[in-house]
Amino acid sequence: MSSKKTPEPARPKSGFSRRGFIRGVGLGSGALGTGLLEKEVTAAPAGAASVAGPGPVPITLNINGKPTKLTVEPRVTLLDALRNHLDMTGAKRVCDRATCGACTVILNGKTVYGCTVLAIDAQGKDIQTIEGLAAPGKLHPVSQAFWDNDAQQCGYCTPGFVMACKGFLDENPSPTLQEVEHGLGGNLCRCGTYVGVRKAVLEAAKAIKAQGGKNG
Amino acid sequence: MANTPDYSWPPMQDRKVMGQRIKRADGPAKASGRAKYSSDLNPKDLLFAVYATSPYAHARVTKIDTSEAEQMKGVAAVHVSAPAGTEIQWEGSEIAAVAANTEEIARDAARKIKVEYEVLPHLVNEDDLAKAGANAVAGGEEVVGDPDKAFQDADAVHEGSYSIPVITHCCLETHGSVVQWQGDSIMAYPSTQDVTTWNNQLSPNVKVPAANIKVKMDYVGGGFGSKFGPDAWGEVAARLSQKAGGRPVKLFLDRSTEQKIAGNRPSAFAKIKIGGKKDGTITVFQAQSWATGGFTGGGSPPIPYISKQNGMPNYRLVHTPVHINAGAARAWRAPNNQQASYLTCAAIEDFAAKIDMDPLEVFKKVVEYSPKVRVDTYKLQLDKAAELADWKKRWHPRGKGPGGTVKHGMGIGMAAWGGGGHNSQCRTTINPDGSVLVEIGTQDLGTGTRTIITQVAAESLGLPYAGVKLAIGSNELPKDAASGGSTTVGGVSVSTRRSTLNALAKLFEVAAPALGVEPDQLEAVDGHIRVKGSPNKSLTWASACKKIGAGKISEMGEFNSRQRAPGMNDQGVAGIQIADVSVDTETGIVKVNRYVAVQDCGLIINPRLAESQIMGGIIMGISTALFEQRVMDEQTGRMLNDDMEFYKLAGLGDIPEIVVHLDIRDENDKRGVIGLGEPPAVPICAAIGNAVANAIGVRVPNMPMSPDHVLDALAGRSA
Repeated sequence: MSSKKTPEPARPKSGFSRRGFIRGVGLGSGALGTGLLEKEVTAAPAGAASVAGPGPVPITLNINGKPTKLTVEPRVTLLDALRNHLDMTGAKRVCDRATCGACTVILNGKTVYGCTVLAIDAQGKDIQTIEGLAAPGKLHPVSQAFWDNDAQQCGYCTPGFVMACKGFLDENPSPTLQEVEHGLGGNLCRCGTYVGVRKAVLEAAKAIKAQGGKNG
Repeated sequence: MANTPDYSWPPMQDRKVMGQRIKRADGPAKASGRAKYSSDLNPKDLLFAVYATSPYAHARVTKIDTSEAEQMKGVAAVHVSAPAGTEIQWEGSEIAAVAANTEEIARDAARKIKVEYEVLPHLVNEDDLAKAGANAVAGGEEVVGDPDKAFQDADAVHEGSYSIPVITHCCLETHGSVVQWQGDSIMAYPSTQDVTTWNNQLSPNVKVPAANIKVKMDYVGGGFGSKFGPDAWGEVAARLSQKAGGRPVKLFLDRSTEQKIAGNRPSAFAKIKIGGKKDGTITVFQAQSWATGGFTGGGSPPIPYISKQNGMPNYRLVHTPVHINAGAARAWRAPNNQQASYLTCAAIEDFAAKIDMDPLEVFKKVVEYSPKVRVDTYKLQLDKAAELADWKKRWHPRGKGPGGTVKHGMGIGMAAWGGGGHNSQCRTTINPDGSVLVEIGTQDLGTGTRTIITQVAAESLGLPYAGVKLAIGSNELPKDAASGGSTTVGGVSVSTRRSTLNALAKLFEVAAPALGVEPDQLEAVDGHIRVKGSPNKSLTWASACKKIGAGKISEMGEFNSRQRAPGMNDQGVAGIQIADVSVDTETGIVKVNRYVAVQDCGLIINPRLAESQIMGGIIMGISTALFEQRVMDEQTGRMLNDDMEFYKLAGLGDIPEIVVHLDIRDENDKRGVIGLGEPPAVPICAAIGNAVANAIGVRVPNMPMSPDHVLDALAGRSA
């Protein structure tokens, strides 16, 4: 897997590349597992420049099912791209170094800390943010459960918690309390809402199942 | 208006909206990510500001050159906070700030600011008083009774050393604001606990009349006592905006700087000698204590806690504030009380162990020294907490519990707090279409202020909860005050009650002729204005409001904290908490198994939110008791855990089952409304520290109850 650090070689004119090959033979991420290879498969969309920056570069992010164009420096994180460039401020910047989970978004079905993913690396991936969970005026079952169980006080950690919870329940629709504590251990709250959060996650799991398992 | 309405609260059994477990008003906005905090705002032409800060704990700036930063493309303004000659007193001090078109450019530019320092000697740790030298100046000795004789006469005397460290507020939304200064007026969107007077504090620093400074804030991402004024940061944001031709500037501290300079809880260290009788009566308390609140010293815990002013017959106290080169302390959710509760309760527990007595019984003796009106409350609470914690069955003498290497223990902590109400004004507007708008220039810190104001208004007007609209979060609204000291609910509930009843009295005047009675014969119940005693003679709310005609009814209501409102709000609460822990004596890891809180309260407007406040205080307290400590490096003068991976906060799995007993009863209800933000946050270190000592048979003197501290104590090492 040392190829991860190797600069991307110029793409052959024929368009034949290892990435293209993997995509071509139709190996799904399920078959490849969750290792580096999967990340590589989706890291560089066809036609992307091999060297980006250092100045601002135009990129397209697929956010909540919608291609969104913006121009950012390559060093801009996905979190800062959302917050500073797209005015999508549900994800919060709190620790800014992958500790607290306030910036959690879902990338190709996996929860990630938006502060440690570069926006340019998020190209070609399916980015889900809290803004896309439900239409304005509606609440996703996870958000509803957070409200119903008062799993929020100042609320600054809440969007990250909600997204982490959604991603967690996608993978584990019927968690035990112990699994909840472990699965959502990557999100921190300062006001002390954890008792409500635990209840909310378990209740959200039930609500989603009652809706036929459809989780946003 | 002929008569002043009777503002007193309706009897508990008659309340329809107050007392209900209504879900928080801003829950959907917060849980959907749509709530806009000040740090989320991106107004047009926004500039991002970034600070360059001092890497030294103590230094003099000898030269500062901002020219390279200023010439960078995209930089709009540079402000120097520490010109040459400035003496820096702690790491993270603001040197200069840059505002630029993007945050990335601002960061680059801040790095291009060249600063030369003359580095000076520093002191950043206060644990060893002997090393503090001139930075520690002892205060006077405070003596009551005859401590020496009392120690001679005592059946038993215990001596011990205890400490509780500096911890940081670690608000998730860092301190800062978005500010736009155009001409002679300023528009500010801060993250604050004080929307109403933020402008007054900024005004003299920028020489703009307070009336020209508008402040708005919808949500705040945590404050806990650290977010009152604009600080230097609000002023610098304003100056950058002015220099940049009036473009709005967003200046929020980064996490590292937040941890260093945006507030912390003072430490407290004490050598305590405590003596008393075999029956558990404490007769004498002596402490040599010291603490730091940063460069300005500070931190003076009121020990012996609860008993000092009330009945402890003999005590001797000497306190030494220590000035260190680290960021300044700020109010921290029940200032000084956590420290005092920990130091005092630890010494009491140790004394109980020394005389082989159940600490529950010793605490029952100690609370005899609490203010007279609280003595019975504390005793009831001790019994209730013991019952809920299954104390009689589960408690065992110190170190004598069952189990192998994982030991079980239980401990008690005591709490007290004030409360009362802060100054508050409210305006209620009733429109001819029946709509109601309640306006207060207050803020909701996540405590549920929005919800409880709406409940009080709806109750007073005989309307459902949904029948009232609320506006808060602006200094153009009727004046409120800072949310501190657990005084918000006491203030806003009374101003809202008065304002809504004043408006209702006006509505009675316009509705009375149609019902053929005098206005004072009317009441508002279930969405109707009806004649008292004749429920059939009534108008619906809507039809009564139509009679307002073309205008509207708009009435003020006020609570002035200097004029008490007996029965409407009150201060002074007691609390007892019990921790049940397991300690792994091989790893030193402490796990809280179960936690019980019995909380004194007044009139509860919303039990759901009151319980959340108590849970929150406890969870925050468990975090401080198990994990939190600011770590300063004496060599470099720097904070080593200026982040959130090494400045540890409790996570979901660290929190046990928490049993909250909120003492809702008629007698308490009659006291009126009392804030609950701080009271439950007081005794957690005390309860957990005592439980750990009970488990492992030796005192772990230094908070937090981290593995290293526990293993040190087990090995007989002093940390």
